[in-house]
This record gives sequence, structure tokens and C-alpha cells, in this order.
Amino acid sequence: METLLDIRNLHVMYKTDDHDIYALNGVNLTLEKGTTLGLVGETGAGKTTTALSIMRLLPDKVGFITSGEIYFEGKNILDLSEAQMREMRGSDISMIFQDPMTSLNPMHTVGTQIGEVIKLHNRDLSKSEIEARVDEMLEMVGIPAERKIEYPHQFSGGMKQRVVIAIALACNPKLLLADEPTTALDVTIQAQVLTMMNELKDNLNTSMILITHDLGVVAQICDSVAIMYAGEIVEKGTVQDIFEGEVHHPYTIGLFGSVPDLTKKTDRLNPIDGLMPDPTELPPGCRFAERCPYRKDICTQTSPALVELGTHQIKCHFPQNAKGDR
Amino acid sequence: MEEPLVRTQNLKKYFPTARGLLHAVDDINISIMRGETLGVVGESGCGKSTLGRLLLRLIEPTSGEVFFDGENILDYGKKSMTEMRKRMQIIFQDPYASLNPRMTVSEIIAEPIKVSGMLKNKDDIIERVFELMGVVGLAERFVNTYPHELDGGRRQRIGIARALALNPDFIVCDEPVSALDVSIQAQILNLMMDLQDERNLTYMFITHNLSVVKHISDNIAVMYLGKCVEYAPTEELFSNPCHPYTKALLEAIPIPNLKYRRQLKVIKGEVTSPVNPKPGCRFEPRCPHAKPACQSPDLAAVEVSPNHFVTCTLYSERGLERGGVAV
Repeated sequence: METLLDIRNLHVMYKTDDHDIYALNGVNLTLEKGTTLGLVGETGAGKTTTALSIMRLLPDKVGFITSGEIYFEGKNILDLSEAQMREMRGSDISMIFQDPMTSLNPMHTVGTQIGEVIKLHNRDLSKSEIEARVDEMLEMVGIPAERKIEYPHQFSGGMKQRVVIAIALACNPKLLLADEPTTALDVTIQAQVLTMMNELKDNLNTSMILITHDLGVVAQICDSVAIMYAGEIVEKGTVQDIFEGEVHHPYTIGLFGSVPDLTKKTDRLNPIDGLMPDPTELPPGCRFAERCPYRKDICTQTSPALVELGTHQIKCHFPQNAKGDR
Repeated sequence: MEEPLVRTQNLKKYFPTARGLLHAVDDINISIMRGETLGVVGESGCGKSTLGRLLLRLIEPTSGEVFFDGENILDYGKKSMTEMRKRMQIIFQDPYASLNPRMTVSEIIAEPIKVSGMLKNKDDIIERVFELMGVVGLAERFVNTYPHELDGGRRQRIGIARALALNPDFIVCDEPVSALDVSIQAQILNLMMDLQDERNLTYMFITHNLSVVKHISDNIAVMYLGKCVEYAPTEELFSNPCHPYTKALLEAIPIPNLKYRRQLKVIKGEVTSPVNPKPGCRFEPRCPHAKPACQSPDLAAVEVSPNHFVTCTLYSERGLERGGVAV
């Protein structure tokens, strides 16, 4: 398989007047063409920061990529000028944000907003060609083309997210970054959008990074999974490695134990004690050590190396056996 | 038979809007036994939060009755209602919005104690605050911090401590864990279940998350556009869901297990408007089993098995023929 995206040792820092926040601390990630990677973690783990770094959209004068490389089709995009980067956004890489309510412009019809991307990246297209493409995109995400003259407020939440997806896919991007695309939606609508995304993935062969905290969504859509904690990837592998593998990072075990299982009856959940460490003062050694039930002395002193089991990588001194079938 | 702690009868709440009457809660009959948890599930706009507020009489119903411990609280005057409110509390969804940012943790927890006059002496009050903080697992060092200094999980613990301050019998929990990360969500759910066991609390647990509701509830009411479409004991509802909407909800949940990969079943369409709804079943426009009879205005709930009620023509017809057994 061909590698589309290769992130090497990425460090990102947010500088504020009071603190330096260490948001990403050596992220390594690769994405093969045509596959979907699930980026899983809790609030503040660095999922969105990773996506914004790939888009080079970190907040100006606050967010800084302090070291590392991001190779997209073999090119380090951190070396590109802003103008070159602008060319890439929307046409090669595009992003869907969590909240469809705020990512559309309320003053323009949805047709105009889809057409805008197409026009910007295809200057030679005529008006009618752009309109035809807008119709095609709307139909593709399951919205009748005649609704293109309507404004965002006339659409429901699920429909708005479909419009956002249509905008993101309008220029056939090679990579789609989807940041919690279904979190704001009701479950029956989420099922509609997830099913549609699965179909689009099959038809268009787009590569995707899906950011989510919902392990159920990961099981539905992703081919590979990376679990993030405190700005690091603590475990990654194929979806089978993560869901059915025998050895795991204690944090992964904790995440799965925290979700009530619809297929089983449990008396009490097994949550992870404590909280994620303060990103302004990260502890030495393993970042998860403080909350880890399997902690030993070495964990609080040295940062663990990656344990590799084929496609499965775990950043832990003492990966734990957990029942494979969950 | 034991009297339920909370019971409603034909409870309705219609909100007037520019386009007509919005049927937020339409003819709901539920009862919750002491020490039990009723889960109320449904998607946004189905009326579940309105129902919770009606039970506490935070809003006045359009018609119907609410009984608390056998008494109709809608007959109460202001004074007796204030007295009654000590026994019923609410925990809100958003621990960021439901706490006053200008009050410290101790002031927030002490407020109901002061307002109700339960304790008067300053030392007694602060002792009670510390006790409550211990109960919900908040370290004493947070006593003088402000909500913005704390994370979502700790803030929700403050909300719970405040709700427990007056030793209530009944707590409406309106999406208490929806805004929290999963590992924190599990901590809070465990805390709430422990508190229920220790204090014999009665909960109405409102959520859109079916796995959470299954975990915590004894009985579940499924709501769709103001109507309760199905009511059943938790195990029964999940092993034998009857209403097409309940089935659709269950089949739409992505399960974190590869055995269920790409098995989501999708129902068409979206929730229709609750303003001046057509008579008959509200789910009819999206239902795969829709037929003309579904538009009949007098659909009644059918008891398909003990304590399992469904409002659907699939059962009102067949149910009679087959002696009320689910098919």
C-alpha cells in the first residue's frame, strides 16, 4: 500500500501569556491511501491539534509546531509557503468540523457555499459547470439538488452536516479530516450520516482521519486506530489489533471499561481514576502513570518505548493482557 | 400494592408558538417506584426535559396530574410547594452553565441549605458542606475554588452535592453525563448508582444515550415527539423491543465491537415538527410499517407482556387477537 500521510515526531505548543501548553509531544502517524484512521481520545488529548497541524491552521501567534515533519504524498508540508498551503486546503486536504451549526455561513445559500470551493480551486470552470457540480455533490450526500437555493437555517442538523461533507468533498480531496462529524447529531441521524460516509468512502476511495471519542463509531468505520493521551499516541494498530488484540495499553483498557456495553449486563463500570495531567506541567516518564493501576517505579521516571507486535504498537513499559473479545 | 413515589396522569404541556401549539409533552402516564430509576430516552426535541421539569413543577402543565408520594402537587400553594421541593431535586446536563460562576464551591453547595432554612448555624452549614463534598468525592481543598477552576467531572460532582444537600427522595437527572468524557462519565455514573443504593434515592434519568440508560435504569420510557411510544422494564425493552421507533433507535447505535461492524440499520427521514402534529402515531411518516390505521386519533397503549406497554397499531390489532402477547 502507498503511504499518503506520514507525521514524524510532531511537537506542538500553545503559548499564552501565562503558560506554555504542550499539546502534542512527539506524534508519529502514518495513513495509507484509501484507508480510514480513527484518532481516539478524550478532551485535551490533542486530536484536534493534530488535525489542525496537518491543515496548518493552528491559531496564529498562539499555536506553534516546534519540531517534526508532516509528509503529504512525500512532500513536507511544513516547508510550503502559505500560498501553496492555501492551494492544498480544500482541494488536496479538507476538513469537517464538529458543529455543523457554526461551520456554515448563515448569509449564503448552501449552493453558493458548495460552489465557492469548486470555483476557488477550478478557475477554468464555467458557471453552469460549477452549478452542475454543486447539484452532483448535493445528490451524492442525499439532499435533493433543488434545495441548493435554501439557507443553512432551513436545514436540520443532520442535513447541515451533509452540506458540510459535500463542501469538504467538492474538490475530490485525497485526504479528509473529520473532527467529530457525528457528535452533535441524534443517534438515528448519526446512523444515516455514518452509513453515508461508509458509502462515500467505498465509492470515492478518499483517505480519512476520523477524530472521535466514540469507540462505537470507530468500530463502524475505521481501518486503523490511534489512541491519544496527553499529546501522545499511546497505542495504535489495525482496528482488529485494538478491538480484538490480546495486549493493550492500560489507558485503552480503561477507555473500553468506561463504556457501558449494550450487549452485556454489568453492575458497575470500571472507570479510570483521576484526570488527565495538566498540559502545562507534564509529568516525566509515562504521562498515564499517575492514573495507571499497573504503575511501577520505572513508569514515573522513564518515558516508555514503543512495544511492537506486528502492526500493533503500544507505548507502555508493561502492556497488559486484556480479554480480546470485547 | 405499593404506591409509586412519582406518578403522572395524562400529563400534557403545549407551548404556544407563532405557528401554533407545540406539543412538547402529550398525554404521558408514568410511575416511578421508590428507590428505582426510570430512564427516559429519546432524541432532541422529544420532550424528555420538559417532562422532567413538569414532574418538579418547574413549569406548569397544560393539563393532567402529577402525584408525588400520593399527593397531587398541582393542588399545592406556593408555600407547600416550597416545602415539597426539598424532597425533589434536579441535576442538569451542562456543569459549565448550571453553576453560578461567581460563587465558590462551598457557597454553591450551601445555598439550598440556607434558602430552605434546614441549618442556621454557620459552623453546622460548613460541616454539612464538607460532609456532602466527601459523599460525592470532592477533595476538601476545593472548598473555596470557583467552578471555572475545575474540570467537567468535578463540576458535575458539585451539581450532585447541591442536589443532595436537602436529603431529597427524588432527583431528576437531565443528561447528567452527556457533556463529560467517557472515563469521567463512568466515574459519575458509578457515584450516582452508589448514592442510590446508600440513600434509597429515586431517579428519573433523562438521556439520549441508550447504553447509559440501560446501565442505570430499572424501567425505560421511550419518547418520540412528546409521546411515550414504549414503556418496559430495562431487560425486557432491550431483549424484546416492540415499537418500530425503539427498534430503529437500538439498531442505530454504533456498538464498539467488530462483530457489529457495518450493521447499522438506517431509518429514513427526520423528526417531524411538534407544532400542531397530525392525529395518530407521530412516527408514522418515518415508519417502515406505516399504514392508514396509524393515522387514527385514538391509538392506545397495549400491554404486550407484564408491565411492557407499546403504542403501535402493529400491536393494538394483533395484540388483541393473540391475547396480548408480543409477536
